[in-house]
Amino acid sequence: MRNFDYARAESAHQAVAAHGTDREVSFLAGGTTLLDLVKLDVMQPQKVVDINRVDLDGIERLDDGRLRIGAMVTNTALARDQRVINDYAVLSQALLAGASTQLRNKATTGGNMMQRVRCPYFRDGVSACNKREPGSGCSAIGGVNRSVHAVLGTSDQCIASHPSDMCVAMIAIGATVQVEGPEGQREIDFADFHLLPGETPAREHALEPGELITHVTLDAPITGSQSAYLKLRDRQSYQFALASSAVIVQMDGDTITQARVALGGVGTKPWRAPEVEAALKGKSASERLFADAAGRAFENATAYSQNAYKIPLGQQAIVRNLADLIDSTAA
Amino acid sequence: MSDQSRSIIGAGVPRIDGPDKLSGRANYAADNLPPGLTYGYGVFSTIASGRVTDIELDDARDMPGVVDIYHHGHFPTLYHTPSSLAQGNKVEETRLPFEDDRVYYAGQFVALVVADTFENARAAARRVKVSYAEEPTLATLEQGIEANGTQPGSGNHSRGDAPAAFDSAATTVDVTYRTPVETHNPMEMHASTAWWQRGELTIFDASQGVVVAKGALSKIFAMSPERITVHAPYIGSGFGGKLWTWPHAIATAAVSRELGRPVQLVVPRREMFTTVGHRPETRQRLRLATDENGKLVSVRHESINTTSFTDQYVETCGSVTKSLYRCPDLTVSHATTQVNRGTPTSMRAPGAAPGLFALESAIDEMALAAGADPVQFRLDNYASRDESKDLDFSSNHIVEATNRAAEKFGWADRTPGVGSMRDGREIVGYGMAACNWEALKMACDARVSIRADGTAFASCATQDIGTGTYTIVAQTVSDVTGIPLDRITVKLGDSSYPDGPVSGGSWATATTLPAIAGAARNALDEMKRYATGTGGVFAGAASDDLEVSDGGLRNADGKHSDFAAILDAGRYGSADGEAHTKAADSEYSYRSFGAHFVEVRWDPGISRLRVARVVSAIDVGRVINETTARNQVEGAVVMGIGMGLFEATEYDERNARPVNNDYAEYLVPVHADQPEIDVILLDYPDTKFNEYGARGIGEIGITGLAAAVANAVYHATGKRIRELPITLDKLMEDVPAAQSA
Repeated sequence: MRNFDYARAESAHQAVAAHGTDREVSFLAGGTTLLDLVKLDVMQPQKVVDINRVDLDGIERLDDGRLRIGAMVTNTALARDQRVINDYAVLSQALLAGASTQLRNKATTGGNMMQRVRCPYFRDGVSACNKREPGSGCSAIGGVNRSVHAVLGTSDQCIASHPSDMCVAMIAIGATVQVEGPEGQREIDFADFHLLPGETPAREHALEPGELITHVTLDAPITGSQSAYLKLRDRQSYQFALASSAVIVQMDGDTITQARVALGGVGTKPWRAPEVEAALKGKSASERLFADAAGRAFENATAYSQNAYKIPLGQQAIVRNLADLIDSTAA
Repeated sequence: MSDQSRSIIGAGVPRIDGPDKLSGRANYAADNLPPGLTYGYGVFSTIASGRVTDIELDDARDMPGVVDIYHHGHFPTLYHTPSSLAQGNKVEETRLPFEDDRVYYAGQFVALVVADTFENARAAARRVKVSYAEEPTLATLEQGIEANGTQPGSGNHSRGDAPAAFDSAATTVDVTYRTPVETHNPMEMHASTAWWQRGELTIFDASQGVVVAKGALSKIFAMSPERITVHAPYIGSGFGGKLWTWPHAIATAAVSRELGRPVQLVVPRREMFTTVGHRPETRQRLRLATDENGKLVSVRHESINTTSFTDQYVETCGSVTKSLYRCPDLTVSHATTQVNRGTPTSMRAPGAAPGLFALESAIDEMALAAGADPVQFRLDNYASRDESKDLDFSSNHIVEATNRAAEKFGWADRTPGVGSMRDGREIVGYGMAACNWEALKMACDARVSIRADGTAFASCATQDIGTGTYTIVAQTVSDVTGIPLDRITVKLGDSSYPDGPVSGGSWATATTLPAIAGAARNALDEMKRYATGTGGVFAGAASDDLEVSDGGLRNADGKHSDFAAILDAGRYGSADGEAHTKAADSEYSYRSFGAHFVEVRWDPGISRLRVARVVSAIDVGRVINETTARNQVEGAVVMGIGMGLFEATEYDERNARPVNNDYAEYLVPVHADQPEIDVILLDYPDTKFNEYGARGIGEIGITGLAAAVANAVYHATGKRIRELPITLDKLMEDVPAAQSA
């Protein structure tokens, strides 16, 4: 096999030290993306730093009401955590809508944030792909781009959609990312963590070389809010979202006093839609309002040869999710 | 079959191979690890058309564990097989691996690395640098037709004057349907483990036909078939993809001989989409016409499918059209067009699966155009005899199948208006289609031994591909001999056993069971000779006076002796019987029939389409094992749902490379997509076909299912989707135009 060095870390500090700043080194958590891509020869780390023994698998309520999640908390553990189910239903639902039980048992919170795109041209190791080989071009533009390609946040360099469900819920909730690196610890706003492809699609996140995600801290839940995740896809399980929505609403009677809306499957990063939120806030709930607000998310969308349907589908994901959630709130 | 143990035939007994599979004792092709085993890994073409101009091996040779690297400039001379099914040496891709420097499709073997471990072979394979002279590709059926037109196919049929009847008819439809490439994708990847001893080849291959594989390999290696043994005791399913020997198996055997060491090769999942066959893309034009009374007066079914540049594979989409409906003026034709893909092959219900999607969708359109209920239209037009062969059907209960399924489904509650049935946010659609498959029976040999320890042993060189053949062979031995199932050993999947059929065409049951029964009866005759011979338990009695009873023989006086005692008396180890049974005659048209009824639900607010309910009534002659038979139909229905809603191998039109070539992106139904499936097995023995009256059941369940889904989708949405799969984007309203490529 292609040989690589292996180091096992017992602490975040050790992990960071073992990693160094070499870009050819990868942290290994659940491995559900990394091992796949190594086996496909798309990723070729020279060294792997195993962080499975690092004590980062706790979930902790902070005094200010926020919830701090260790980077090694598995997707299953996070989805089943009673505090998450009670205060952040959208996150639990998003996690359970993703992958399969076996994958969720292995996949971690930090790893989910770091997962690579599902674009087949990225994964085939052969086609032109600016993520895999900067400057080579984007085969998805003008190619097969129906399922795992975006209509929001694309550039002429890359149109791959971000595959995560979890991150869509998190960007709706609001969160900060705690990282530790060679220069010490720092915090990144979750909304700034994932980067648009722009001219540099190979750069996918705000981490500096050698930085390790240690925690994600969710904003305190909005008082009295309700939330839900709705994922639309061809088959009913085990498929990445064609379009999905995370919505959080706080109601006063029929009036929406606060709203958070984020989208998955349609954006090149987990996609917060503030223009939708603004259109909802302070308004009396109605299907017509939802439809009008949802349309705003896609005013700047670009439809590619096979994925124009995602523009109406993404709006449907918002409208139905809001309608069901507010309906259930009223009941 | 006998009267004494009639209860065993038809009983839903559990699979006798179940414990071996559940405990991991079942050995599949890649489970065999002979001493000194080496591992092969392919280097696969990244272009779809052109020539290999250079292969740079230095980096790869320096990798750990590498034994040798083969390619078109370094490969032993092999020979072409005539590829004849009649001669028993058929392959689908006749070009030999590494025969020359040509590349005909992406994912074609261009080199093969052998190393001491799988991982080392794979790592070294990735260091092989291949240079190509790339040529323009033909990636799709339309590109193929535009570039080179079509070549005539086979299986054509014509009677009367269909164009004239069409032109003078009261009502007509003229519609074109398309189906995409579908890929078999069995759970077990193709795999071969081969070794040579004293010039004899042993190969464990994931094969649906060990006898034909032996025949093909004997031609390719120019050696006597007696010196080749092909083993396939277990196959992790095949769906037709493992019927014939593919390049990897030939290459594995060849390099094993070169190295003098065992070699194992597992085809990677990605290349399961390229070098081991697929169901080809089709375009089918249907022209149908009825008279004023809603009777079909003209049928034309013209089909074109993609094939490779190396071989012509004809997808006989019109095979069922010839005989399902009564129509005096009818034409069925097939043609192919060459594209840069590997050679296609049979996939569950070849021809009929895509063909009945088109025919049964068109019949639905015809019924609506004629103002008729789709069920009544079919009942009014089903053929009562096979007009294409001018023969009576041996047994045909399609009217009863249609009526029983309609009643169980609740077709009478259907309101015909498009979108007229609603349940909350969902629009409910009801659709149906007929299903149909030819019943075939091949020549077969089998051997049965009744042993001194009271057990029985049956062997035949057919296979159990997960369908239950082991179990129904044991049921047959038990039926004839009275020996209980737990004392019967069945051995299949070994080409050194008496010649048996490939596990395909739904013909294994009808072919194998009569041979097994004949062998068992011959073993009993031998037993009677032992019993009546000198020193025998019934010495001096006439064999005809002895009857089989309770695991032994009984005479007219009621004296009983079990088989073990009879053999012991003569100090015989076993009483053996062999039998040869012939292929089916052509006195009748032998076919299986049925009907599917499907409920779909379309939620336009979230563009969600799902199949909510399926009722299928199937007429396959006698059911041998109620459990495995039902399982075959249920599995076929699930596969049909996949064909209807999800399955398509997508190719990049710019370079002919498959794009969604993995299990995550090539969609098949998951558990959550599976509705309530209600299977009605009619169970009318077809004793004109064979003594067991069984016609086989593996394929019919997928035929027509996608059309029933499409017809239900039309009923719900008013959209007639003529191109599979029926994905949600094809049903959405107000999809904007693309702004970019």
